[in-house]
This record gives sequence, structure tokens and C-alpha cells, in this order.
Amino acid sequence: MVTTPVLATRGLNKRFGSLVAASEIDFELPSGVRYALVGPNGAGKTTLINLVTGMLRPDAGQILLGNEDITSLKPHERVKHGLARTFQINTLFPHLSALEAVTLAVCERRGHSRTWWRSLPDYREAIDEAYGILASLRLGDDCYRLTRELAYGQQRLLEISLALATKPKVLLLDEPAAGVPRDESAALFGAISRLSQQITVLFIEHDMDIVFRFASRVIVMVGGRVLVEGTPEEIATDPRVREVYLGKQRRG
Amino acid sequence: MATVGPDPVAAPQRHLEAQTRWRPIETAFWVAAATPLLLLPSYLQLASQVAVAALFALSLDLILGYAGIVSLGHAAFFGVGAYGAGIISKYGWGEPLSGLLIAASLAGATGYAASFVIARFRHLALIMITLGMGLLLHEAANSASWLTGGADGLQGVRIWPLFGAFKFDLYGYTAYTYSLVVLFLLFLVARRLVHSPFGLSLRGIRENPLRMPAVGAPSRAHIRKIYTISAVAAGAAGALLAQTTSTVSLEVLSFQRSADVLVILILGGAGRLYGGVLGAIVYLVARDQFSGINPQYWYFWIGMLLVLVVTFLPNGILGGFAQLTASWRRGSW
Amino acid sequence: MIGPLAGVLFDGFAYGMLLFLLSVGLSVTLGMMNFINLAHCSFAMLGGYVAVTLMNRFGWPFFATLPAAFLAAAAASVILERTLFRRLYRASELDQCLLTIGIVFMSVAAAAYAYGTVQQPVQLPDYLRGAVSLRGVNLAAYRLFLVGAAAAITLVLVAALEWTPFGAQVRAAVDNPRMARGLGINVDRAFAITFALGSGLAGLGGALAIAIVGLDPAFAFTYLVYVLIVVSVGGLGTVGGSFAAAALLGISDVAGKYYVPELGSFLIYLVMLGLLMWRPAGLFGRR
Repeated sequence: MVTTPVLATRGLNKRFGSLVAASEIDFELPSGVRYALVGPNGAGKTTLINLVTGMLRPDAGQILLGNEDITSLKPHERVKHGLARTFQINTLFPHLSALEAVTLAVCERRGHSRTWWRSLPDYREAIDEAYGILASLRLGDDCYRLTRELAYGQQRLLEISLALATKPKVLLLDEPAAGVPRDESAALFGAISRLSQQITVLFIEHDMDIVFRFASRVIVMVGGRVLVEGTPEEIATDPRVREVYLGKQRRG
Repeated sequence: MATVGPDPVAAPQRHLEAQTRWRPIETAFWVAAATPLLLLPSYLQLASQVAVAALFALSLDLILGYAGIVSLGHAAFFGVGAYGAGIISKYGWGEPLSGLLIAASLAGATGYAASFVIARFRHLALIMITLGMGLLLHEAANSASWLTGGADGLQGVRIWPLFGAFKFDLYGYTAYTYSLVVLFLLFLVARRLVHSPFGLSLRGIRENPLRMPAVGAPSRAHIRKIYTISAVAAGAAGALLAQTTSTVSLEVLSFQRSADVLVILILGGAGRLYGGVLGAIVYLVARDQFSGINPQYWYFWIGMLLVLVVTFLPNGILGGFAQLTASWRRGSW
Repeated sequence: MIGPLAGVLFDGFAYGMLLFLLSVGLSVTLGMMNFINLAHCSFAMLGGYVAVTLMNRFGWPFFATLPAAFLAAAAASVILERTLFRRLYRASELDQCLLTIGIVFMSVAAAAYAYGTVQQPVQLPDYLRGAVSLRGVNLAAYRLFLVGAAAAITLVLVAALEWTPFGAQVRAAVDNPRMARGLGINVDRAFAITFALGSGLAGLGGALAIAIVGLDPAFAFTYLVYVLIVVSVGGLGTVGGSFAAAALLGISDVAGKYYVPELGSFLIYLVMLGLLMWRPAGLFGRR
């Protein structure tokens, strides 16, 4: 029996003029896995996430969520089908409190956002769900504070909370620990690893220690192409990967 | 079974509820709004103008303060409402309430059509499109003088007494009561909307339009909805003006009017629901006091006010108050 | 039949050249810093009033007033940029609109106070009055001058952008301000200079406009609309785009008013809306 991967791309291509941002990208995410996407700066990792989530339109190729071809769906429709992402740079709602922000996402998912004649506090379940998500990421106590007043590490956690509020099947994390000091990033990834097995996670990361600890498989991208794919051990010893990361040193 | 102490599980909901509760100062405000009828009868015409301007500013607040849509052409819907009410009465149907409903619906339909374009754009293109639409409608009304009276204004507007008994006369009692009630009712609707899940989504669009699709929000559909609702309210304000003054001139569609309502809203503070009302009171009362001065020089001071407000009081009067009370509460002066 | 059409085209093109001079500064500065300066035509109006004052009060010859108009507008823009505008480079679009609309209000009121609301008279030198006849088409001398002046200025602008180091900085800053900064280009200084030049050109345009469209305190508003149309239709940060859009707008306006006068400016607004909906970044814009 062949199980359908929960997310797959086939022959994804994207150029900006003469710059090749993505070339023949083929990959699959089986259900429940924790994969890491690594590569040097400019390799096209964020571009890939933008293509998969619909913020960029590919020149060619297909994106499949489960059995469904979502290539022509708008970004918010893809979220409704269970595909969520976080942003490398905090993309939050500065003047909303953390509770309001997550409640917004929950209400959107539950279809409450169409109602304009009933008061928000009436939706007790949605609010409780939002609070629950925040509490699970240790943001419960600070949930009434405005987003702009939260500490940077807390804002990164809020990024993830917003994505979780959409009840995703697939979660794409773009450098979730970017800018977070070492000790806090371990805690952040601890929170990520505690996520339900029902959610499949692909995260972009530069820190190889974290990749080793939290990923079961690694995809390496260079110059818009997938260079190689394998377990963290295989990748660490692969000569091609070493050349990409250390090649400049050798010429010195 | 007696509850001991507060229920911690309900705390988040209660927190959000506290923000939507009707405050005593609001009740005081609306009661005070009725006092000109008793205490200041000579100012009733001015008070009517304030009510109309407040409703118009409230309609702009819905799209600007809550959804972040900058419009330089909102007078288009005000004008459609004004001309709608005026033209209906000119051709024989002068009943005010039904006229108001029809005119506001007409403005809403215009807004609905425009919203399909508006929702697709941002930044400079959006500003230009709103400006262009306003100018276009103004030109169209100017050219269609067979319908609108052109530069001479609409002739023959005759409004029947309200409920058959209350005439719209120069004393202004009917005009002000009518305007105030309509303003209050639409204000209640706006207040409800702003505190609803839809209102929360609008604030999300204003705060970060990029994040909204990433949480599954259909931003364009939301924008189309609020734009239409805003157009209905603006049209109602225009109809009120036409019905209480029995005149409609091209000025209701002018850029001047679009700019004025923007100034009024920013002065009071956008995104705070009462900003439009407060701004209307301050602006129109001040303009009335300075009415002896040549109108051109009035605009000099308005210009300076804009420069000062943007530089020093970016959230308007209400925002300034909010900052003052917040720092007072924190104990830091 | 050809006669009136050619005449209309020429008049429209000349009018377009005037709009180009008025607009090119705004297009480039908008492209560089995304700062919405709705007071751009106040600088144009200032240039016009300076030229008029110098000519009528101090008896300066027409040509001498032109560089004075340029310099006065450039100087005024430098002062405003230093004191007010640069606080708002990172502010919201709304705030930028409001601040600059406030400046427009103040400038219009000040002009009305100082000069009254009447149209300003202008004395053109003799050789610029009258017309030249070319193959049966009457070409007004002043409009010929306008077209010539605009063409010369366009060439200078394009040459400066393409071939001077400063021009390269401006182009880099328009293309990608962050990367330009990263390359060591002082974007703020480049912007300040470009802003002054653009406002100066607007002032020059204002002075040149008097003989064609007249000058009164409402100028800052009336022409703001046209300039905004040119800039948004042509695209931000492009000299060529402004040129094309201005020519298109000038010809449409003159042709429209000649052939279908009942429509007035309706056609212009409709064309603008249509073009913007088709290409929101403008005909030649990039974002």
C-alpha cells in the first residue's frame, strides 16, 4: 500500500528575469514527519515556501496537498485546506493583543468572521481555544499584552500560535528561531517538537545542532535546486553538502 | 452552589467583554447630545450639520480607522445619498424616512460596485483610484445637469413633514432630532460591528494585510463588505443633509468634502469609533466661530492644524487623551 | 480635415510637455522614497508666482525669471524637506497625505492672501507670441518653445541618469533602496538632491504654465490632480513613463475638450481609472 504524502511538489519552477529561484523542485512530505530544509542564503528556501503557500505563482509545476492539486488555489484557500506557515520576519498585528490575534485566526477558521452583528465575547469556545493555544506555548500569562509590547522570543512563539490556530495538517516554519538567543531557541523547538503527530512539519533552519535534534530527514537546497535529501547523519557526511558549505574555505 | 472567587477559565472572555461594555461616559455623551434641543435652540441648525458630519465621518472611520483603506473620494457616496434623496423628492415622493432608506441603499449599491475595484489595490494605486472615482462622479453630476441641476444645484427639493406632523422648518427642531436619531441608530450598528468577529478581522487587515491570507482570511471579501456598509452610512448622511436643508449642490461630491471629512476624522482620532463625532463637533463649531473670516484663510489654519496633528498628535484628540490617561495610570508624567 | 487634427495633436503634446515638467520630479522621488508629496504642485505654484513678481514688479525679462522660478522652488523644497518631510519617510501613507495636504491648504491660502484670487497677467517677449505656419498647421510660437524646452530638459535628465555617477545612484535607489544602502550609496542625500531638483523643475513648469493655463491660487490643487494622474499612469520612478503618460494625458485632454466638450474632464478620469485597473503599477512602473 502506498500512502499519499501529505504535501508534495512536482517540477516546481520559478525565475525572476535571469535569476533562477526554483528549478525542478520535487519533494514529498509523508504524514507526521519533521523535516528540515537547509541551504546557504539565497538558495531559494523561502521562495519555495512562498510558492507552496501561494504567495508566488510558479512558472511551471504542481503542488499537491494530500490528493488535491492546490496549484491554482489562492493563499487563504490553501490555509483552509490545512496548509499553514510562519514568517522569517515577524508578521504580526502590532496593536492587537496576543489573545485578540489568535482569536482572530480561530474565528476565521470557524467561519465566525462573517458575523458582524454579534459581539466577539459571545464566542466563548473560540476565545477559549485561542487561549489554549497561547497557554500551550507558554504565552498564557502575557496574552492580554499588545503584540508590539511582547519580547522578541514571545513574538516568535506568537507567529507559531497564529499558524496553529488554523488547525493545519502541514506546518511550514521559516526559520522559527531566527534572532532568538541559543537557550531560548532550544525551548522554542521543544515546543515545536511537542506538537501533535497529526501535524506534519517542515522547518527552515541554519543551526545544524537543532536540525540534528529535531529533524528526521533533511532536504538541502542550493541555487534554487534540491541538492540532496537524506537523514541528518547522511547529510552531515555527504561530500557535496560539505563542499557547498565549506567549499570557499578549501580555496583559501 | 456558591462560587468562591473569580473563575480563571472565564478570564480571557471577560477581558474581551470588558472592552465591549457600554461605558457611563458614552451614555452621558448621548444624553448631552440631546440638550441643544432644550438649551441651545438658536444653534439647532449648526447641531444638525454636526450630526450629519459626524455620521459621514463615522462611515469613513469604518473603512479607514478599522480596515486601513485610505480614501480621498468618500464624498462620492455622500453625494449619491444626497442627490438620491433630493431627486426622489423632486419627482414627487417627499417622505423623509423612505427617501432616506432608498438613497442610502443607492449609495450602498454604488459602494458595492466600487468595492470590487477597491479591494484589489493598495498604496498609491488605491489612493488614486478613490480620488479618481470621486472626481469622475463629480464630473458626471456636473455634466448630467438635466438630472442634477448641474452647477446651479438641484431645484425643487420638497420634503414632506416627518410622520406627517413634524415639518422641516428653519427652527431646526425636526431637523436636529431626525439627524441625531439616525446618527445614533447607525452608530449603534457601527459599534456592534466593530466589536464583532468581523470587526476584529478588519483590524487585522489594517494591522497587517500580509498576514491575513496566511491565517485563512478572505481579505477581499471582508473589504468589499465593509466598503458597502460604509457607503450606506455615508449615503445616509448625504440624504440627511439633503432632507434637512432642502438643497443639494455639486459641493456634496467635491474633493473639498472628501478632504474635510478626512480632516474631521483624523482630528478626532481614527479607529476609536467616537473620533468622527468628536472631530465633527470641534471642526464645525470652530468653523462657525470663525465664520466671519474669509473661507480661504480658514483653510490656512486647517492646513496648519493638519501639519501639527500629523507631527505631534498622530492619533488625533482621542488618541492624545488615551496616551495621557495611559501614562497617568502608569504613574509616569 | 488633417489641419485641425494636427493642430489639436500639437497643442495636446505641448500641454503634455508642460505636465511632464510638472510631474517628472514627483515620479522620481516617489519611486525613490515612496514619500507621497501632495504639495508638489505648491512648489510649481511658488515658481509661477516668483516669475510673475519678478516680471511685473521688478521688470525682469521673461527668460531670466525661469531659472529664478527653478531656484526658488528648489530652495523652498529643501527647507520643507529638512524641517518636516524627513520625519515622515517611514510614516504611513495616510500621514504623508495629510501632512502634505496641510501644506497645500496653507500655500493656497497664502497665495490668495498675497496675490488675490485673480489670474496673473504675464508679458511674453514678442518673439514668443504669434504663431508659425507649418504645412498649413498653425503652431503657436510659445508652444513650440515649450516643446523645445521640455525636449532639451528630457535629454539632459536622461543623459544625467544614464551617464553620470549621481544618476547611477538615483537609478539604484529607485530600483532597490535597501540594496543601494548596502552598496554604500547615501540614499538620503541622493533623495534630498533629487527632491530639490524635482521640485525645481515643478517650479519651472509653474512659471512656464502661466502663459498657457494661467496662474491663480487654486493652481496647487487643480494641477495636483493632473500630476497625480500622470505619475500613477506612467509609473513611479521613471522619466520615460512620465513622458509617455504626460503626452497621452495632454493629448487626450485637449482632444477630448475639442471634440467632445460636454464630457469635460470625465474622459481623463475614466482613462486613468481604466489604465490603473489594467496596470496598477503604471504603464512603465515596476512595483
